[in-house]
Amino acid sequence: MLLIQNGRVVDPASRTDEPMDVLLSGERIVQTGAGLPVPGGAEIFDAKGLIVAPGFIDLHCHLREPGQELSETIETGTRSAARGGFTAVCCMPNTQPVNDSASVTRGIVERAARGGAVRVWPIGAASVGSKGEALAEIAAMKDAGIVAVSDDGKPVATSRLMRQVMEYCDSLGLPVIDHCEDPPLAAGGVMREGPHSLRLGLKGIPSQSESICAGRDVELAQLTGARLHIAHMSAARSLEYVRYAKEHGARVTCEVTPHHFTLADEDVRYDTSYKMNPPLASREDREALIAGLADGSVDAIATDHAPHHPASKEVEFDRAPFGILGFETALALGLRELVQKNRLSLVRLVELFTSGPARVLGIERKIAAGHPGDITIFSTGLKWTYRVNDSPSKSRNSPFDGAEFTGGPVATIVGGRFAYRRPQEQA
Amino acid sequence: MKVVEKRQLLSAEEIGRTLQRLAHEIVEKSGGTKDLALIGVRRRGVPISQRLERIIRTFSGIEIPVGTLDITLYRDDLSTVAQQPVVQSTEIPFGVDGRDLVLIDDVLYTGRTVRAAMNGLFDLGRPRRVRLCVLIDRGHRELPIEASFIGRTVETSDTEIVEVRLQEIDKEERVMLVDRVS
Amino acid sequence: MLLGLQHLLGTETLTREQITFILDQAKPFQEFQRHPLKKLATLRGKTVAIAFFEASTRTRISFATAASRLGADTMNLQAEASSLKKGESLLDTVRTLEAMRPDGIVIRHSSSGAPEFVSQRLEIPVLNAGDGTHEHPTQALLDALTIRDRKGSLEGWNVTVLGDILHSRVARSNIHLLTKFGGRVTLCGPAMWVPNEMTTLAPNVRRALRIEEALEGADVVLVLRVQTERIHEPSLAPEEYILRYQLTPERLRLAKPDALVLHPGPMIRGLEIDPGVADGPQSAVLEQVTNGLAIRMALLYHLVGGAAPDAPHPAKE
Repeated sequence: MLLIQNGRVVDPASRTDEPMDVLLSGERIVQTGAGLPVPGGAEIFDAKGLIVAPGFIDLHCHLREPGQELSETIETGTRSAARGGFTAVCCMPNTQPVNDSASVTRGIVERAARGGAVRVWPIGAASVGSKGEALAEIAAMKDAGIVAVSDDGKPVATSRLMRQVMEYCDSLGLPVIDHCEDPPLAAGGVMREGPHSLRLGLKGIPSQSESICAGRDVELAQLTGARLHIAHMSAARSLEYVRYAKEHGARVTCEVTPHHFTLADEDVRYDTSYKMNPPLASREDREALIAGLADGSVDAIATDHAPHHPASKEVEFDRAPFGILGFETALALGLRELVQKNRLSLVRLVELFTSGPARVLGIERKIAAGHPGDITIFSTGLKWTYRVNDSPSKSRNSPFDGAEFTGGPVATIVGGRFAYRRPQEQA
Repeated sequence: MKVVEKRQLLSAEEIGRTLQRLAHEIVEKSGGTKDLALIGVRRRGVPISQRLERIIRTFSGIEIPVGTLDITLYRDDLSTVAQQPVVQSTEIPFGVDGRDLVLIDDVLYTGRTVRAAMNGLFDLGRPRRVRLCVLIDRGHRELPIEASFIGRTVETSDTEIVEVRLQEIDKEERVMLVDRVS
Repeated sequence: MLLGLQHLLGTETLTREQITFILDQAKPFQEFQRHPLKKLATLRGKTVAIAFFEASTRTRISFATAASRLGADTMNLQAEASSLKKGESLLDTVRTLEAMRPDGIVIRHSSSGAPEFVSQRLEIPVLNAGDGTHEHPTQALLDALTIRDRKGSLEGWNVTVLGDILHSRVARSNIHLLTKFGGRVTLCGPAMWVPNEMTTLAPNVRRALRIEEALEGADVVLVLRVQTERIHEPSLAPEEYILRYQLTPERLRLAKPDALVLHPGPMIRGLEIDPGVADGPQSAVLEQVTNGLAIRMALLYHLVGGAAPDAPHPAKE
């Protein structure tokens, strides 16, 4: 038994924001309320001055297992996720081999059960090998445990295929997550096309590469009635399509990464820790995304945690793979850029990490008796410095190394047990 | 670097008389001025060479060609300094081959400047003869180099500096002996 | 060190003072090219690594000659012949070179930002001989020297840059440099190679898609070479380019009568430039080559010469 005492429970799903104790037994929450009596033998966690939220869910990450263990494994990735306050992560299928079959899915699920620090919910490929030709064995993968379908790393290749994927997934009750990009338009590009890419002499990707594909997907979502989720949205125009879709009753959702609401293309110099896909966008895009995060048009914050082992990133900008780390800085950036700058409320921020992603997956995330014992405890006042070299991740590709934050994760509880606890001298 | 003036070695008038004497010596001891040319070593060798040329032209009517030589690229101490000294131009508008050259500088000290100057000259061609004319010889040679025409010989110590100040560059005219003060 | 500069990575970050100093210091080296004996001992004992990860003959030879005339030795790396093809990373290649202790490295690379990458990881001065489509600072400097010599000053000229601006590092370096001296730059070429956003690179940059409009009143015309094959992009037929953008004698007459014609080379006579213009009195292409040598000698002298930054100044003359 674990009693979390004296904390401020912020639970958007049950519209709670008040001091409350939470009692966990076994893997579940069994009781909530003010001033709960302490059961005999229960472990006590004093959450005085801290926020107690439902366990965070990350809709988008890369754990690199199977096949790319040099950069990350399920074990190291989930330990990093736990440090970031995440209790469940959805890992994308672009592994080696691609997760396009029940056997690969089962492999991931089993590996996570044995060595994962948090829950791992795999996302299966939409097409075989994510090659964009034949439909993958989605139903078999669903039985094996996938929670969504995507060809992430790439868009679902053709409108024809996307339609089929949507119709099929809809019948199986799975959302389709698309990495929106127009490959011919984007080809060879390494950062957002604009005055900065011109100055740096780097080939640019216009924002229309993303929005053209987002538009396509929204049209098809309306045609099929399926659940569409737009991954790592970076352009204001894409958000306009999502708003349009929502206004017209389509089941479209979207996510934004912390780096897209924090940085912009002007921050790119030649440091490969600023290289990812979709690339850092313009200031105007960033402003529009933040407005969407605040007004509900954006449903979730997702990290797109994309580890690449250091040697692979220590190359010329053109040659570096796309992607940066994200688990351990997500909450801190959300607090700094969104809450502390008064762009949205703390409750809304928690929603973006909890009930927002849960809704996309069609599940619930709540602090209430009977629900899974997944809790994220964090501070809004703790002063700390992010040092990437202290991360359990095998990779080091973060642009935020050395950044000073006010507020961050303090303890992460998964299934009633601590997956992470910040050492005392820091809390 | 702080310096304190010790004494004057040459007044403006004395500089003038010395240059007159040197100009006459150069012409007398050259056995004819046919191939004669003067090369002023930057920086202060330049105005001295120009004045000598004027003096020679005044008393003899003969025009001797004058060139300027920058020795920066030929110095032997470049790899020891943090910031490379600024390079000036060398302007020698006549052929060096077969010439009877007189190198002109303000002070002869260790001899390294003259060595560098000769390296520079020989990159331009093959002179018939090279002699050295200096306003002040202060001793302390570190190389086997001597001047054929000397304005004045002065005994100095290692901490002392001979400062030649010329109107064209320093806006005043005299030669001072100054001491380095730590 | 050169007025506080340890590396030469681009012209965007150079000050007017630094640029003027480099041009002034190139003068003695211009003269030097006329000496019968073109060999100094100034950088004797120094080694300059010439690491070209992208094909080039002219610039490579120019740098190698500059180093050699200063008395330095060179280490020559050419991409095709190197282990880069075997998959060795830039970092490893450069570290291998560094282990042989050169005193400076001149680098040309097809990736924008590569010289900066190298400068952040090595202790020695790095000179950018062209990186991707980013900068080619020595080209802009020798162009500036040519302009200053021919026209008497570098201030306030109307400069027209003609060609594929989007992919040109020469254009960018020139834009940054000339606008620092009050230059008014007009960019002209096929629309997909002259995006309007290029006018935001520096003040006083405008775009003109018609060559007639671009050349009117020009004091300097910088003709870029045309790369007809492009990766990831459809190319433009040469005939199309010639029709609308070749610098012909008739078109050149629209510029000022004493307008200077520059070209970074190699030229394709009959494509971007009419042979008569290329070899005509307004063309300064050969001077550009000589000036390139002088600029590079001045840069190597100041950046590679000398001791470690904390060495003392010489006491005696």
